[in-house]
Amino acid sequence: MKDLKWKVGGAQGEGIDSTGEIFAITLNRLGYYLFAYRHFMSLVKGGHTNYKVRISSEPINYHGDDLDILIAFDQRTIDENFYELKNNSIIIYDSSKFEAKTPDENVKVTLCPIPLYDFAKELGNSIMKNMVATGASCAAVGLEVTPFLEVIDDIFKKKGEKIINLNREAIQKGFNYFRENYPEIKLDLPDKKGKEKQNLFMTGNEATGIGALNAGCRFLAAYPITPATEIMYNAIANFPKFGGKVIQAEDEIAACMMAIGGNFAGVRSMTSTSGPGLSLMMEALGLAGISETPLVIVDVQRGGPATGLPTKTEQSDINEIIYGSHGEIPRIVITPTTVEEAFYYIQHAFNLSEKYQCPVIVATDMFLGMSKKSVTDLDFERVKIDRGLLLKDDELLKSGTGTFKRYDLSSEFGISPRSIPGQKNGRYVALGNEHEETGYETEDVEMRMKMMDKRMHKLNQFNPEELGVYYSEEDEFETLVIGFGSTHAQINEAQKVLKEKGLKVAHLQLKILHPFPSNIVKEKVEKAQKVFVIENNATGQLRQLIQLEIGAHVKLSSILKYNGNPFTVNEIVDGIIRKV
Amino acid sequence: MVILKDFKVETNPTWCPGCGHYTVLAALQRAAANLGLEPDNMVLVTGIGCSSKISQHFNSYGVHSLHGRALPVATGVKLANHDLTVVAAGGDGDGYGIGVGHFMHTLRRNIDITYIVMDNHIYGLTTGQTSPVSQKGFKSKTSPHGSAEEPLRPLQTAIINGASFVAQAFAGDINQMTRIFEEGIKHRGFSHINVFSPCVTFNKINTFEWFKEHLVNLDEKSDYDYTNKYHALEFLDRHGSIVTGILYQEDRPTYHEVMIGATKTPTSKLDLTIPKEESERLKALFR
Ligand SMILES: Cc1ncc(C[n+]2csc(CCOP(=O)(O)OP(=O)(O)O)c2C)c(N)n1
Ligand code: SF4
Ligand SMILES: [Mg+2]
Repeated sequence: MKDLKWKVGGAQGEGIDSTGEIFAITLNRLGYYLFAYRHFMSLVKGGHTNYKVRISSEPINYHGDDLDILIAFDQRTIDENFYELKNNSIIIYDSSKFEAKTPDENVKVTLCPIPLYDFAKELGNSIMKNMVATGASCAAVGLEVTPFLEVIDDIFKKKGEKIINLNREAIQKGFNYFRENYPEIKLDLPDKKGKEKQNLFMTGNEATGIGALNAGCRFLAAYPITPATEIMYNAIANFPKFGGKVIQAEDEIAACMMAIGGNFAGVRSMTSTSGPGLSLMMEALGLAGISETPLVIVDVQRGGPATGLPTKTEQSDINEIIYGSHGEIPRIVITPTTVEEAFYYIQHAFNLSEKYQCPVIVATDMFLGMSKKSVTDLDFERVKIDRGLLLKDDELLKSGTGTFKRYDLSSEFGISPRSIPGQKNGRYVALGNEHEETGYETEDVEMRMKMMDKRMHKLNQFNPEELGVYYSEEDEFETLVIGFGSTHAQINEAQKVLKEKGLKVAHLQLKILHPFPSNIVKEKVEKAQKVFVIENNATGQLRQLIQLEIGAHVKLSSILKYNGNPFTVNEIVDGIIRKV
Repeated sequence: MVILKDFKVETNPTWCPGCGHYTVLAALQRAAANLGLEPDNMVLVTGIGCSSKISQHFNSYGVHSLHGRALPVATGVKLANHDLTVVAAGGDGDGYGIGVGHFMHTLRRNIDITYIVMDNHIYGLTTGQTSPVSQKGFKSKTSPHGSAEEPLRPLQTAIINGASFVAQAFAGDINQMTRIFEEGIKHRGFSHINVFSPCVTFNKINTFEWFKEHLVNLDEKSDYDYTNKYHALEFLDRHGSIVTGILYQEDRPTYHEVMIGATKTPTSKLDLTIPKEESERLKALFR
């Protein structure tokens, strides 16, 4: 696999994101496989932000450890990102604003000063410096300028000819200047690529939104929070065409309760949030559990606790997601590993939630939720809508006008058929109190035990492995690396590096954490001599979970990262080599 | 034809004998029967408290949810199927204490829900603590020296923040209460009905007798203009909010008609299939 890594950085609020977008969208349309990672801070102006794009000959899920091209609008961008630059890389920087200094003479980096700002000024708009830089990037990777101009035409269609021409001119200017002044510099793009104008370029959040829509979700109640708000934007843009409703709730308690109300009344409903919001939903989660009302919650995890690192990634909500809410309820916790899986797994989430009449929490994180990748295709037919045991009107009519036993204890596997308001003869009260079969509250000791058992045993027939646990089929291995969710790509790449170094390594990635896929984890852990659990948190929540579920205390050790950034491949490789 | 019996259940409420909540239940059953509503097309959503147990005793679909959270659940139900008649109910602690945020936001959305607050100026279920609408100086287990706080003014709050139907009733006058419930349910938009529903066990101050003595009945005022907010606020102020009747009403589009994704067809009845050309269009958004 050949790849090239490009990054643009500067002060927040200077259009860094859109520079990255235009560069990336163009390459995506050309058929390259991209992964784009956005680094930003929880403020609107000032601060450092960057947008990194890895361009590859195959589909990828990680932006890479190192860097070939850095576009710097300020010295801070160089200082903060220099460690990534490899030998023979280049820095294109805005020479009208500063004289670039490189912090380390040992790394062979070519400086390419370009008066980006001055060129933009000449064009009459300083923000055009971004487009000048895009033009220079285009020349640096040896591409022609036309595909970039086409993207400009598309993106600024609504803004009118004047804006389009200005952007076109700026790109051309940067392109020409680079060609003339640095004719010898050309960093090669991968020679192999996919079909043009085929790949979708999307984030995990966007895939979640579209996936929910395809799953028949027609109601989203949410409260804005980074890094989950994009799901809401996506729903606002796409749900209405299909009659789907979106409401900005007054807080996350309301959002979750609204979603419960929607599900109770027969509409697939969900809420999307991040850590702080999830904490506010804990009581509601319990209500969905005891009232056996379906509910789908998406938690795009970020750095905690409290406000923590609001624009950084982490996988530290796992304990809360699995154990959170007072009392005990059945629940399913799914952790998709890629953008594609964000699309498919949200659909499974709705099916499972209605099948088992319990909450399903889909836990992604900021890294997966907000990074963009080239997706070859999405299959809208793959996951069929299955609404579980929803009673039909005629079934209820046949049952007569007697009292409907919503919580019928004689139901197979404890899953009692549901009615929805508006249906004749299906009346019942869904409630948070312990109750008997018709939904009337009770404190009867026997009934309490029976109802608890009914609920807590519902998932016995569910095999968590059916959702898919990734295992890198190895004939023999000594070291096993386990991760969950978004760390998949880096572990996968680390495994390759370790194998090249002669280590016998297998990789197991969990896409479901509860109910825990004990069988496969146990089987693989037993075969291994040493097991490394990789996770973006400080306490090793997955490691503890594995130990709780299958034991194996001495074999397991953690490789942890909780500084807000996703793992690099090298960190995993190093961490393992130091310990084997 | 529906009759009163259709809204009754066989089990008996567990309220104290003489509790105001009995009459509220009876009035709601009468109002529903008088309006010819179908029990199967009605959802009564409640929070937690003595008052919130009303959903257990009213024969319709229901959700007996969490303390203070009836309104967001009711909102979800209404948006899922706006053909349903959705009534939310609870106590003064439930609605004006823990759930006051939802109260404020639900009313300003003007969602088509009737919200009945059974106001006894106390926390009943938890055996007698001061509530957000207890009078200043009110003594209870949590304010032994008398409450130091100003009571919340729910009706004024509702009027100022955009409720389109605001009324107050009294559990001691079931006929007026029934009529107000009927008007509230018929009203298209958010109807806020505060009902003085005395707690005979824990509130020895704001009793049936006390209310009877102090209440001013709007129905007896022929010159009252219920379309005038200022009129309503002035009237409430003049009588220390101890009044009954419809205080304010206005005609405005309701939330499900104007929200993001509004449809004529109730959401729960929509066809969920996404045709091929639509999935292709969705994918093209990302190319
Ligand atoms: C989150 C939460 N906090 C506290 C309680 C305890 N609690 C139950 S009912 C109630 C107050 C009820 O008062 P009100 O709503 O006025 O109803 P009433 O019993 O007076 O009719 C409280 C504090 C609870 N159930 N949940
Ligand atoms: S405690 Fe008060 S509010 Fe509760 S049932 Fe008894 S009288 Fe009614
Ligand atoms: Mg009360």
